[in-house]
Amino acid sequence: MAVDKKIVLRFPKRMVDRPIVYRLVKDYDLEFNILKASITPEQEGLLVLELKGNQQEYDKGIEFLLKAGVQIQSLSQDVTRNEERCTHCGACVTICPTGAFKVDPKTRKVIFEDEKCIACGLCIPACPPRAMEVHF
Amino acid sequence: MVKTIEEINEKIKAGKAVVFNAEEIIEFAREKGVKKTAEQVDVVTTGTFGIMCSSGAYFNVGHSKPRIKLGGGRTYMNDVPAYTGLAAVDLFLGANALPDDDPRNRIHPGEFNYGGGHVIEELVAGKDIRLEATAFGTDCYPRRKLETWINIKDLNEAVLFNIRNAYQNYNVAVNTSDKTIYTYMGVLKPNLGNANYSSAGQLSPLFNDPFYKTIGIGTRIFLGGGTGFVAWQGTQYNPSVPRTEKGIPKEGAGTLAVIGDMKQMSPRWLVGASVQGYGCSLTVGIGVPIPILDEEVLRYTLVTDADIVAPVIDYSDAFPQLKPDKLGEVNYAELKSGKIKIKGKDVPTASRSSYPKALEIADILKDWIKQGKFFLTSPVEKLPGAESGVRVRPLKERPIEE
Repeated sequence: MAVDKKIVLRFPKRMVDRPIVYRLVKDYDLEFNILKASITPEQEGLLVLELKGNQQEYDKGIEFLLKAGVQIQSLSQDVTRNEERCTHCGACVTICPTGAFKVDPKTRKVIFEDEKCIACGLCIPACPPRAMEVHF
Repeated sequence: MVKTIEEINEKIKAGKAVVFNAEEIIEFAREKGVKKTAEQVDVVTTGTFGIMCSSGAYFNVGHSKPRIKLGGGRTYMNDVPAYTGLAAVDLFLGANALPDDDPRNRIHPGEFNYGGGHVIEELVAGKDIRLEATAFGTDCYPRRKLETWINIKDLNEAVLFNIRNAYQNYNVAVNTSDKTIYTYMGVLKPNLGNANYSSAGQLSPLFNDPFYKTIGIGTRIFLGGGTGFVAWQGTQYNPSVPRTEKGIPKEGAGTLAVIGDMKQMSPRWLVGASVQGYGCSLTVGIGVPIPILDEEVLRYTLVTDADIVAPVIDYSDAFPQLKPDKLGEVNYAELKSGKIKIKGKDVPTASRSSYPKALEIADILKDWIKQGKFFLTSPVEKLPGAESGVRVRPLKERPIEE
């Protein structure tokens, strides 16, 4: 069975110089797409990955990461919309690189499809009432 | 058939006024015809909810014991500087004001998370605000320093006074350069990556009364969730621009200066805005009722998005350099379809102004009128019309000789 998941990886600083993603490809035959990375020497590293592959290999890959000391979190709930603050202006619609915001043609309200969100964070400062929140 | 405002107000008082919002009236008139609609309908309500930059508020905070003269000193509200060039305890706070220690665009694009607009939102939400002031001390106002919490309910006056709101039409902003730019019209992606517009279109007040036949000085309006008034024409008022056959200005034209008691207002309709790379501002909700005095007034309220054209302006060059160049014209039906064509390229569009909220405002105003809580006013003075010759002018710079 094939899986395709978006996950957030956090590296302690001692691991920043290790080729983690390479091992995922080489040992577990997983296909990856880096959605976001911030890795600074002497600090914690953060990597947002889309991982595709066979379910069994995927599970093994995740186990390898956990053993190596990487913290893993699923991406889906990382960017949320504060419904109280959203004014449905639409300023986010063309900012999102994956088209996670859509205007309902009838009500003109902005729909946030969080399964399309890759947590790049571009919408956060672009939202005038600051309704988009990131929780890493 | 001609009605007067007094007759309409009688019907409002009796709970018999027939009121539609500016979207519903289009369909109603299509079915019933203009003549019948003008006879049957008393009021059409409009609405708009967008970032309106020249907004602000003035306050009288009351005299402290012993007295302090804030005028001529420095005063901050939650670290945001307020204007103190007024008498002892009067202040003006502009929506664009920023704390002195805001990094601004030092790391470009700045985030501008808190400014005057946010203080206004928090005030109307009933939150306590930190007032800090220093003054120079006089015989009659000896105190030099003041630090206190204030709350809107304790202020003598808290008045929203926006000197330019409710723009009649506005630019569609694009970027033809090869890098992303951060403007008051939002983030504009390179090479015509997106197009941002900012008007409620067919619901917007001045599109429904393009020649200012009913909206004038003294018109009672919905403002920030309370009632307010049109105080004057707004700054940069520019009624003499080219118009379509139906009289709709083809670019930014009329504007309104509006005023109202902030104590009646709500944070739902006054929302602090952070504009990345540009600054802070205030999102303002305005609704204007249009009395259907005759067929001509009605006809203007039947404006649809397809009737409204707006200029496409390059914010990487024409706008900052004050060049008159336009990349073309598009109508609001096209803008709302999600993409427009510029120079043969499909460009995705986004609004800066909330249509659902504009509609909600028009409906609230409709309910107020139907419930006999809101009466219409005749303007005490008309706004300068399209034939007035009033024009906005650029600054004429003259070198200062030593």
